[in-house]
Amino acid sequence: MSSLTQAGPAVSAGPAPSPARKRRGSGRKWAEIGLFSGPAILVYIGFVFLPVALAAYYSFFNWNGLGPLERFIGFDNYTRVLTDPVFHTALRNNFFVVGASLLVQGPLAIGVALLLNRKMKGRGLVRLLIFIPYILSEVIAGVAFKLILQAPAGGSYGPFDTVLNAVGLGELRQLWLADQKVVMWTIFAILTWKYLGFAIIIMLAGLQGVPEELSEAAAIDGAGWWQTQRYITIPLLGPTIRVWAFLSIIGSLQLFDMVWIMTGGGPANSTHTMATYMVLFGLNRQQVGFGSAVAVILFIISLVIALLYQRFALRRDLEGSLTGREG
Amino acid sequence: MARNRKGAIAASMAAVALLVAACSGSGGSTDDPTDPTAAPGDGTSETSDAPAEQTITWWHNATGEPLVSFWAQVGQEFADANPGVTVDVQSFQNEELQRTLIPNALLSGDAPDLFQQWGAGELAAQVAAGHVKDISADVADEIAALGAVANPWQLDGKTYGLPYTFGISGFWYNTELFAQAGITSTPKTLDELYAAIDKLKTAGITPIAVGAGDGWPAAHYWYHFALKSCSPEVLQQAQAELVFDDPCFVKAGELLGEFIASEPFNEGYLATSAQQGAGSSAGLVATGKAAMELMGHWNPGVMGGILTEEAGEDVSPPEWLGWFNFPGIDGAAGDPNAVLGGGDGFSVHADAPPATVDLLKYILSDDVQARFAEAASSIPTAPGAADAVTDPNLQLVLEGLQNATYVQLWLDTAYGPTVGGAMNDAIVNFFGGSGTPQDIVDAIKASVETL
Repeated sequence: MSSLTQAGPAVSAGPAPSPARKRRGSGRKWAEIGLFSGPAILVYIGFVFLPVALAAYYSFFNWNGLGPLERFIGFDNYTRVLTDPVFHTALRNNFFVVGASLLVQGPLAIGVALLLNRKMKGRGLVRLLIFIPYILSEVIAGVAFKLILQAPAGGSYGPFDTVLNAVGLGELRQLWLADQKVVMWTIFAILTWKYLGFAIIIMLAGLQGVPEELSEAAAIDGAGWWQTQRYITIPLLGPTIRVWAFLSIIGSLQLFDMVWIMTGGGPANSTHTMATYMVLFGLNRQQVGFGSAVAVILFIISLVIALLYQRFALRRDLEGSLTGREG
Repeated sequence: MARNRKGAIAASMAAVALLVAACSGSGGSTDDPTDPTAAPGDGTSETSDAPAEQTITWWHNATGEPLVSFWAQVGQEFADANPGVTVDVQSFQNEELQRTLIPNALLSGDAPDLFQQWGAGELAAQVAAGHVKDISADVADEIAALGAVANPWQLDGKTYGLPYTFGISGFWYNTELFAQAGITSTPKTLDELYAAIDKLKTAGITPIAVGAGDGWPAAHYWYHFALKSCSPEVLQQAQAELVFDDPCFVKAGELLGEFIASEPFNEGYLATSAQQGAGSSAGLVATGKAAMELMGHWNPGVMGGILTEEAGEDVSPPEWLGWFNFPGIDGAAGDPNAVLGGGDGFSVHADAPPATVDLLKYILSDDVQARFAEAASSIPTAPGAADAVTDPNLQLVLEGLQNATYVQLWLDTAYGPTVGGAMNDAIVNFFGGSGTPQDIVDAIKASVETL
């Protein structure tokens, strides 16, 4: 069985530096590097590094975005952000989405992917249907759900409430988008509907890298379906799960479109995320310096989480955890 | 292989060169001397008889028909009458235009020549940054004709824009639902309004729709109560100096608290938008699902637009629509004849071609104003066009404006986006059940500190 594991780890195949290349002239090497990565570095500096640096600079000013940068106020903008209860709500909402996505979407996606990985009738159709919400524009999905979840008015209910009532679940009716206790869950449910397809496709791709021989060997050893999944498939799916979790965390931290379209941060500022908070209180309220401070804080939080995750979770994959015994 | 690489290098170099060229090519303004569309005499002479080539970019906030076509037509008419002038008319969604597009355009230096202007607080920031042209001398006749409604577009005695429509806020109501609930006359006092709300509820009708999801529609209630509680002097001082120490502002919140406690609003109003589709507050009234809405003079046009979208064909505003002014409050300290209102105007950019001011004057001409009143079912500002207001409800609104002894601009517009936004937030929170009347005033004061 150990010989099979060596043949299998297609998912974790890392690029090995080719020793032959090193013998070429180093000047030529640098010219090649400059030529091929130069345009990318220019774009990176122009559209990533420079905006971040400018935002950091603006964040020390009280600036409405129109006149000259004159009123230097030190860290006052940061103090204001960090003491604003609405920002606390936004931060809480971001981490709620991060946690709920990992705990709900992850297991759900793995489960569905395992089911779909078997040969069955209509598998292609089911995969397609599950992936469709991901293809839809977030704005279109947001507007559609806003209409579907409309609050009752003048004695008539919105489409979703009407359906609930028709199947005898009328008791469960809520003010889906207007009740401050319910609305974050509503948004999370829609995000799950939208992004589950993406998670499932990633997991299915990961499952392609799990060699069938292992399952066959396990079957010969007398393992049942559940045991095969539990002890062979899911551990080998680890790198895929960790990459998906990384994408999910970063996406959740930067969540903007769905919230902006569906609630605009309301009702009563209860559904803001850091990104919607930044746009509303920075741009729309003409406090560009303040908004820049929010942007810097969002950047630092995302950066720290990304680095920690790379350091503690993804590092194992980069080193090749599946072939760890040999390496 | 080597030859291939050379080819690749050449291709990459070409790509980089293109990228650099593309980057350096952007950001050119209409003042760019190499720009063929810029007028030769840009910003130098006001009376150039020679037909110099001028392109006027005009941004407005109309997104529904027939107004979009109407403005496009006005631009075309002006271009036809002035050889050498081209008018590029572009329409944008109101909030996008106000909060994002115009500030960004002004900052980037590539701004439109004639653009939507809401006046007061926002205008002051733009003027301070040197983006807006002082047109006092050019439009002296128009200013004289318009009178007090031009005030929000003026600053320190200078005029930086002109309103083409101005109206006041009041209750738009469904006369049929009122009759059904047994309400025989429109409420003149707050107590009569409370009685009407009770009758509507008894009849199983949602009394009031409010689009608190958008903030300002809910905030307008507080504005009205402030108008009834505060004297015009206090309100003027608040607008000029952003001082909110008078206890009347707390009183406004207390009156609002009593009003909310009577539970007159549609279910889930915290998430209701004001103008978008049948589920919005305007849509609820237009489709007969709520009896009234406190809203500006544009509401019949908005309702007509929503009904048109729903039906897929041109529908005029509902015939059963009625209007009454915000009721008076017995014993309140404010001026009983004070009204709350606002309008839409246009400003001329500091670097705009000279013909831009003439275009603004054309927009304010009696002829265009009269046609605007018909096209938009709205209220023009030029007195010569007042006869074009034939809708009986708009005549009531106009009458209310003409009889007013004090006209207060929407408070959020008056105080500017920073203070206005914080004020609206605090009021919506209060609608949502958190905070006290004092908290609203505290939030306003705190935001003034951050200016």
